[in-house]
Amino acid sequence: MRVHIPGPLRSYTRGAARVEVPGETVAQVLKELDGRFPGIRFRMIDEQDCVRTHMKVFVNTEQVHDLGRPLSAADEIIILCALSGG
Amino acid sequence: MARSGKSSAKDVLVMVGTRKGAWWLRSDGSRRKWSLTGPSFLGHIIYHIVLDPRDGKTLLMAARTGHLGPTMYRSTNLGRSWKEVERPPAFPKAPEGEKGRVVDHVFWLTPGHASEKNVWYAGTSPQGLFRSEDGGRNWEGVSGFNDNPNRSLWMYNDQDQTPDGGKMHSICVDPRDANHMYLSMSGGGTFESTDKGASWRPFNKGVAADFSPVPDPEFGQDPHHMALHPLRPDRLYQQNHCGIYRIDRPEERWTRIGMKMPKKIGDIGFPLVLHPRDPDTLWVFPMDGTSVWPRVSPGGKPAAYRSANGGKSWERQDKGLPTEQAWFTVKRQAMCSDHGEPLGLYFGTTSGEVWASRTEGGSWQCVARHLPHIYSVTSAAIER
Repeated sequence: MRVHIPGPLRSYTRGAARVEVPGETVAQVLKELDGRFPGIRFRMIDEQDCVRTHMKVFVNTEQVHDLGRPLSAADEIIILCALSGG
Repeated sequence: MARSGKSSAKDVLVMVGTRKGAWWLRSDGSRRKWSLTGPSFLGHIIYHIVLDPRDGKTLLMAARTGHLGPTMYRSTNLGRSWKEVERPPAFPKAPEGEKGRVVDHVFWLTPGHASEKNVWYAGTSPQGLFRSEDGGRNWEGVSGFNDNPNRSLWMYNDQDQTPDGGKMHSICVDPRDANHMYLSMSGGGTFESTDKGASWRPFNKGVAADFSPVPDPEFGQDPHHMALHPLRPDRLYQQNHCGIYRIDRPEERWTRIGMKMPKKIGDIGFPLVLHPRDPDTLWVFPMDGTSVWPRVSPGGKPAAYRSANGGKSWERQDKGLPTEQAWFTVKRQAMCSDHGEPLGLYFGTTSGEVWASRTEGGSWQCVARHLPHIYSVTSAAIER
């Protein structure tokens, strides 16, 4: 599964903008991502398993809130930071 | 803060946490000339940077950014390199169908008792108490507070707090007894535990809450900064939303020592600094708490106020500070001392200036300007 990493989280991926991570749901992908890049998940998903206010998670072009959303092999996950303020 | 002994023996490091990163000021023991380095973690909101006085080299830094969740960084070489902690403070996952609490940011850090080498405490926003037993790498909630059945009574619900979120701060461990602790909350008041956080009781008698419809409430006050004197741990001071207070245990009632402040200045502010060698000497930095609470330097004329007699009288200390049109605020973590002789004092402003005094407030010099909004100023004595 290809995961697109936003700039503010690339310190975790050693600068990589895209990483390949296996998983059959969004939650599994994020867990796997965190195993590979420790700490990255908590910066975008809170302790109640909710996407943080200024983060957005897309599967292809669909924004998802349910981390249990199933994935197919051709899907891509796009993580966005919704910047606001100064 | 590390104990330095003679000021000339070690350099002084002043650690500045801002809304956009951390900066570092360093001077030799004379504290006449300062060099500024940074930023570290540019773009991160740095709420608190605290040195572990037990080893003199480990730092913890509470951070988040505007869009990423909270975390904490740890350095074991006085900030030359940093590593993110493994498990930052987080509330437990709520059972299905229930609403769980979410840590917005870590607001306050306190090293544990000298006998507990790797213990740290953290206070969060919204108010939560967390403890680490491995030097800050992994954090667990202190159930005696976070799961206390009275917690929602003490501080209402998280959504009822001020817009920037309720804060837990001023976590104090009695140097005589690791089981004996105090903490304060904005809002919620001050609380005491004698069993290392397993249970807590309100400790607010005598503290005004003039915003509350309840007269002389047991809890719900708004302490801004509370501190216990390390040489006389039965003496505590607090700068509150409603005045400056002192208590000498076993007293149970706080005394409002701020009533001796000049009436036109008032006794409202955020920070409080205790002289580490003299339990009678303390400093505050008043702000305007009138009308709509501008929370700026009263009249645009900033000044520290010192009491050398436990709050019986106060002396204005403004030599070197702007004399007009200076409307900054000094936040609660943004004023500190070193351990030099005479004592050095430091404060950072919401307008991004750091001011220093090497004469216990007798005069001030601006040692950094044009930084972002300053949240935290702490110091450390370090080897040259």
